[in-house]
Amino acid sequence: MKAKVNGTFRDLADGTSVAAVVALVGAPAQGVAVALDGAVVPKALWEKTIVPDGGVVEVLTAVQGG
Amino acid sequence: MDDPLIIAGKEFRSRLITGTGGAANLSVLERALVASGTELTTVAMRRVDAAGQTGVLELLRRLGIEVLPNTAGCRTSAEAVLTAQLAREALETNWVKLEVVHDEETLLPDPVELLDAAERLVNDGFVVLPYTNDDPVLALKLQDIGCATVMPLGSPIGTGLGIRNPHNIELITARATVPVVLDAGIGTASDAALAMELGCSAVLLATAVTRADNPELMGAAMRCAVEGGRLAKLAGRIPQRFWAQASSPGL
Repeated sequence: MKAKVNGTFRDLADGTSVAAVVALVGAPAQGVAVALDGAVVPKALWEKTIVPDGGVVEVLTAVQGG
Repeated sequence: MDDPLIIAGKEFRSRLITGTGGAANLSVLERALVASGTELTTVAMRRVDAAGQTGVLELLRRLGIEVLPNTAGCRTSAEAVLTAQLAREALETNWVKLEVVHDEETLLPDPVELLDAAERLVNDGFVVLPYTNDDPVLALKLQDIGCATVMPLGSPIGTGLGIRNPHNIELITARATVPVVLDAGIGTASDAALAMELGCSAVLLATAVTRADNPELMGAAMRCAVEGGRLAKLAGRIPQRFWAQASSPGL
């Protein structure tokens, strides 16, 4: 199945979790948040939240700015 | 003199809030932040794989500086609310510098989207520090819906044009009951001092320091300027006169 991860379509195995996507993009261990289809997924739910086919995932962290 | 800045019940000894954008590297940023004496500093939220990702969080935590996430880059209320919620999740803070800009050329706040986002975030338990136009009416509306500060611009972000409408800033500081933070447009130390003399409680700046020839020195200059401007405001300036008035006694 395909999902859009940080603006790029990716082929993901069925049943891929949000936690797996976070690892896929090389996110740091701390200071990271995830939105799935426009809603925040709390960190405690990353493992059990499955990315649906066509899902849109955004993985964000803090950078220099402002 | 014990004169803390208090925002949403939290005390800060420094009245200079800084941003982290525009610094050449983390080493330069660190020296500038230390010289500025800031205790509260903004960061942006971006995709993990985007260029520009740094260890800015680790730096701020090591320096003991509070992190203030912003919603820079957001153009709609919905974008800003989601970005703030992501920042709260990532950084474990419910404070947010709310930015909802209208267009990339001016980076001026969109007042309609801003007010809507501010209301939603206040209702969601956020401590909202909104970057706003220098509009006294909008500033009061933001205060009345529960924002922790109001942060009018001096001039557009990154222009260094200083405070283009000092009277509007004074109208805001005269009526606001929450801290007024002059945000954006500061070019040099005298702009920051003027903001404080106009009655602002604090100054928020980034570019003026991070893109100065010597960011560390400008950070120190801004620290002194904010402190000097605050003292001058508290001291009470003399009335301006049309004709001269001798300060020495007559013969």
